[in-house]
Amino acid sequence: MNLLTLIRKNLTRNKLRLTLNCFAIFIAFMLFGSLGAIKNAFESGVEVAAADRLMVVNKINFTQSLPLAYVNKIRSIEGVKHASWANWFGGYYQEPRNQLMTFAVDPESYFLVYDDLTIPEQELSNWLKDRQGILIGERIATARGWKVGDRIPVSSNIFSQENGSSTWEFNISGIFRPKNPQTDTSYTLIHYKYFMETQIWGGDWIGWVPLNTEDPALNEQVIKAIDSMFANSAAETETATEAQFSKAFIEQVGDIGFIIMSVVLSAFFTILLIVGNSMWQSIRERTNEIAVLKTIGFTAHKVFSMILAESFLLAFTGGLLGLLAAWALVIAIAPLTQSFLPALVMGKSVFFAGVVYILVLGFITGILPAWQAMKLNTIDALNRR
Amino acid sequence: MSNNNLFELKNIAKRFTKGKETITIFDNLCMDITSEHFIAIMGPSGSGKTTLLNMLGGVDRPTSGDIIYEGKAIQSLSENALASWRAANIGFIFQFYNLMPMLTAAQNVELPLLLKKLSRSERKKKIDAALTLVGLADRAKHKPDELSGGQQQRVAIARAIVSDPKLLLCDEPTGDLDRTTATEVLQTLQLLNQEFGKTVVMVTHDPAAAEFANLQLHLDKGEFIEQHKSESAA
Repeated sequence: MNLLTLIRKNLTRNKLRLTLNCFAIFIAFMLFGSLGAIKNAFESGVEVAAADRLMVVNKINFTQSLPLAYVNKIRSIEGVKHASWANWFGGYYQEPRNQLMTFAVDPESYFLVYDDLTIPEQELSNWLKDRQGILIGERIATARGWKVGDRIPVSSNIFSQENGSSTWEFNISGIFRPKNPQTDTSYTLIHYKYFMETQIWGGDWIGWVPLNTEDPALNEQVIKAIDSMFANSAAETETATEAQFSKAFIEQVGDIGFIIMSVVLSAFFTILLIVGNSMWQSIRERTNEIAVLKTIGFTAHKVFSMILAESFLLAFTGGLLGLLAAWALVIAIAPLTQSFLPALVMGKSVFFAGVVYILVLGFITGILPAWQAMKLNTIDALNRR
Repeated sequence: MSNNNLFELKNIAKRFTKGKETITIFDNLCMDITSEHFIAIMGPSGSGKTTLLNMLGGVDRPTSGDIIYEGKAIQSLSENALASWRAANIGFIFQFYNLMPMLTAAQNVELPLLLKKLSRSERKKKIDAALTLVGLADRAKHKPDELSGGQQQRVAIARAIVSDPKLLLCDEPTGDLDRTTATEVLQTLQLLNQEFGKTVVMVTHDPAAAEFANLQLHLDKGEFIEQHKSESAA
């Protein structure tokens, strides 16, 4: 036996209490891990947003369109390096539940603006030549097992064709990949012209204009210039950095970070009360034994360390199991959330934050009982039976 | 102090304050404890027996006076220094055994050894020797609730002697045992005193238990009022 064995034996002496405490901590950290992964997935677009990339949308909201003619006017503004345009297609594969995020884009300029994506030259060239061509992101290709040359039907839950069908057939021309592994590639790109010619809602309107500036330092100046240019027009614009745009997009759902942190903090506070009270009770029941340890030569500091270590051991047992369960849960549900949360993974940052919270939990729940044990009056405690 | 004195208590005073009242337990108590003696301290409840034992063990401190152990005053040591001193020099035996319920007999005996830098094999050798000495080698893996009261007290004795202290302090060690079992426990203490040279200081109410000691001291109102030496203890 060593001191760690003694600490473990003390912790496991009341199996029911240990199980309930561990379960409470387990649930809290499983919530923390899984909700943390969801929060990160929501915010991943903000984290990887390019510093020099701006988004121009309709000032009313981004579902309202802009005239295609705006693109050339924007290109003429000083400080704009490249500008492209895109429109939402609202795609799904075979069944509406199989969401397939699809954008109708200008093929010549799209990759100039999105220079953080790569595509083999031959595949890009094939796509430019094929109006029915579609480029798929690497994540989509991996998830669905699609390859270059496949022909796939993509339906729109917004648009339809003259023949009444809302399904378009596309040939997979290529697969684009991210330079930064965190960049999302769970979407597909089709030709804007082909889309406009085949759908029945008229033409020459676009959803938004993505652009690069010559330098991120010019962002503010370019934003002001664009929005001033279209002020008092039929379609006023609102220009923002890509990061601000992503954040605003996420916040349509609500302040995800606040909601998740509220849930996690509520769970933590409850756990602190439950486990803290339980640790306190456990030490009160053992005052006589602690007095015996001090009598036979255990110093007050050693007793303090042992009780605190017991609290840490409890927090780590429940907490690490909870984080492990969260990791497994996220892996299990990631394929189901691919269409709306493509970057759902429990990253190292969530895990290490979890470990820090485990340490905090162990310290807070253990410090008072440990202090009480250290300051225990040996004679009084020995007389208590 | 004579050369074979283990303890010397000089002018010990011990007072408690209870509300506005000050209760004096000892006032100018003096006492010598000679090495390798078996001393029984008797007296009525409230006479100060356990307080004296606690002061000898460094668990309690006198209000004034000196407690000198092997020539060194211990009453002014820090709490941590006193704990280390107890670990090195004192073995405690309590009335209600005070064993850890979740540990086996061997693990209970091992507790004081966790404070020493010993290898696992060295610890095991000492535990085996202590349990054999108290006649419980075959109960090493039993937990306290699987042992009788007498066996539990013998495990407590093994725990007290495993780190080879010079002094054993026993607080009513037979107070919770029947006569036959109490005799076995007292014989074990006598063996430790006579064969292994341990100094034993035992507080007891029981005159029959005190007969096992070679010096009986009677304490009343904080003073030794009588002493009785026995050349051949029971």
